[in-house]
Amino acid sequence: MNSALLKPEERAILRLRDLYRTYGYTCFKMSKFEAYELYVENKEFLISDRVITFTDTDGKLMALKPDVTLSIVKNAPEGGGVSRVYYNESVFRVSERTHQFKELMQTGLECIGELGAYHLCEVVALAGRSLSTIAQGSVLAVSHLGIVSALLRTVCTAAAKQEILRALEAKNPHGMREACAAADVDAPTTDALVSLTDMYGEPAAVLPRLRSMSEDAEVHAAVKTLEQAVSLCEEDTQTRVVIDLSLVSDTGYYNGLIFRGYVRGIPTAVLFGGQYDRLMERMGKRARAIGFAVYLDGLEQLEEDDALDADVLLLCQKDDDPRAVFRYVRTLTDKGLRVAVDTCPDSRLRVGRTERFTGGESHA
Amino acid sequence: MRELLKIALPKGRLGEKVYGMFEKAGLRCPEVLDNTRKLIFENEEAGVCYFWVKPSDVAIYVERGAADIGVVGKDVLMEYRPDLFELLDLGVGVCRLAVAGRRGVGDRTGRTLRVATKFPNVTRAYYAARGRDIDIIKLNGSIELAPILGLSDVIVDIVETGKTLLENDLEPFETVAPISARLVANRSAYQFKNDAIVRVLQRLKEQVEPNRDTNY
Repeated sequence: MNSALLKPEERAILRLRDLYRTYGYTCFKMSKFEAYELYVENKEFLISDRVITFTDTDGKLMALKPDVTLSIVKNAPEGGGVSRVYYNESVFRVSERTHQFKELMQTGLECIGELGAYHLCEVVALAGRSLSTIAQGSVLAVSHLGIVSALLRTVCTAAAKQEILRALEAKNPHGMREACAAADVDAPTTDALVSLTDMYGEPAAVLPRLRSMSEDAEVHAAVKTLEQAVSLCEEDTQTRVVIDLSLVSDTGYYNGLIFRGYVRGIPTAVLFGGQYDRLMERMGKRARAIGFAVYLDGLEQLEEDDALDADVLLLCQKDDDPRAVFRYVRTLTDKGLRVAVDTCPDSRLRVGRTERFTGGESHA
Repeated sequence: MRELLKIALPKGRLGEKVYGMFEKAGLRCPEVLDNTRKLIFENEEAGVCYFWVKPSDVAIYVERGAADIGVVGKDVLMEYRPDLFELLDLGVGVCRLAVAGRRGVGDRTGRTLRVATKFPNVTRAYYAARGRDIDIIKLNGSIELAPILGLSDVIVDIVETGKTLLENDLEPFETVAPISARLVANRSAYQFKNDAIVRVLQRLKEQVEPNRDTNY
């Protein structure tokens, strides 16, 4: 098969499937629908809490899946070992930009069970590999939520924590100072939190800063895990790996490693991942978990838009003999040319050249 | 050829002022200030490409990656909450978002407060935090007219000097939030043009008044 015929997202699906299978991940094919109650119970885990619902034939309220991870976790087996699955599914959610429902194509993987350091590092490395597989020029930004969580230990209210995390996510140092002042955070912690807003760059530059930032044992443990993950990822992939402490996710669900992937030419992140042991706890599962999703819809922006619709536009008369026209078209297609036949030029069509059919011969 | 840093400037006096700051930061392109019909201005030597856009649209250009960085008022960021990095308070375009109304007419808390504003999201959040029932009247301009003509009880609007309010027998009651211009960056551009963005950020920081938020 000529892979040039594939759209970037189709090529990406094939390559990613191949990559994940290589590491022992098995395909998880799921239904498009899920019981609505699953999302009611885990509303904050969803990017948008608005879900398309319908009543099933048995009267049960169902939803078109806005998320894949919750369904995988719900069905994850318990009792030892590690479950590795990958998926390629559509999800239906409200776009943050258009505020309308959108179908989004996602490919990703989840690693669930008795996870050790290797599993965590492997998933981060696979995230890096996924990016270099789908496009040239990519960046994987990695952080560890344990660092900011340890610094926020003394902040009492959820609202204050949210304001601080919002400032961190925006790399907003002045907003961070305001949020810390409003929450009565002490000066050393405020300084540490402000310093996180610009803690970004190559691991070799950022890790020493992180190590010297705090004496807290939890922070040091998180930095160690982060170091392990990024060093493996740097070794294994062509994707540029950076540490970015401004990455945040809902700490009620996520803990530990967290990462985002960017591809040159696409203005938003295309890969979102992290460790979500807390979601497992909340769903009554005794296991750890980490995974990521690659959003493939954005890849269409990488498609060359100067490609031709046809190599030749063949202009013929309405009363030309169809067999003669078709025979002539075949002589061109047999040479590997793509041919569009019309009776008059069409400005909407991008063609290499235009020929006029004259009964078996043609003139440019 | 090196990639240019694409900068969206807000049209108007504020934009001209911040262009001056970018110029001092080494991103010179004097053509930007010429009164021409050109839309895009490039200086390959300085590695920069500028364009003027409506102030409220700057965040959209940056969020969607048409611009790598830009300058946006905090009011726009609060209202639309675009997904981008807010890297620096530039300390220019300083004003405040305030509640104002007719002089001497306080808030009659026994009834729904009618509020005219260009900022419905900020207004909704402000009064929700105070548990006050309000009726938002979304306007696009001449907000000050609303309480004068009885369309609303109060307005939530940008107040710079308060002179316009004063001339119309209005007064500011409460400050909703202090406002100033912010340097913002696209999240993806921050990854791929990090050196250029961090360089301009450092040079702009040096220009921001030394007494203002010196800790960043």
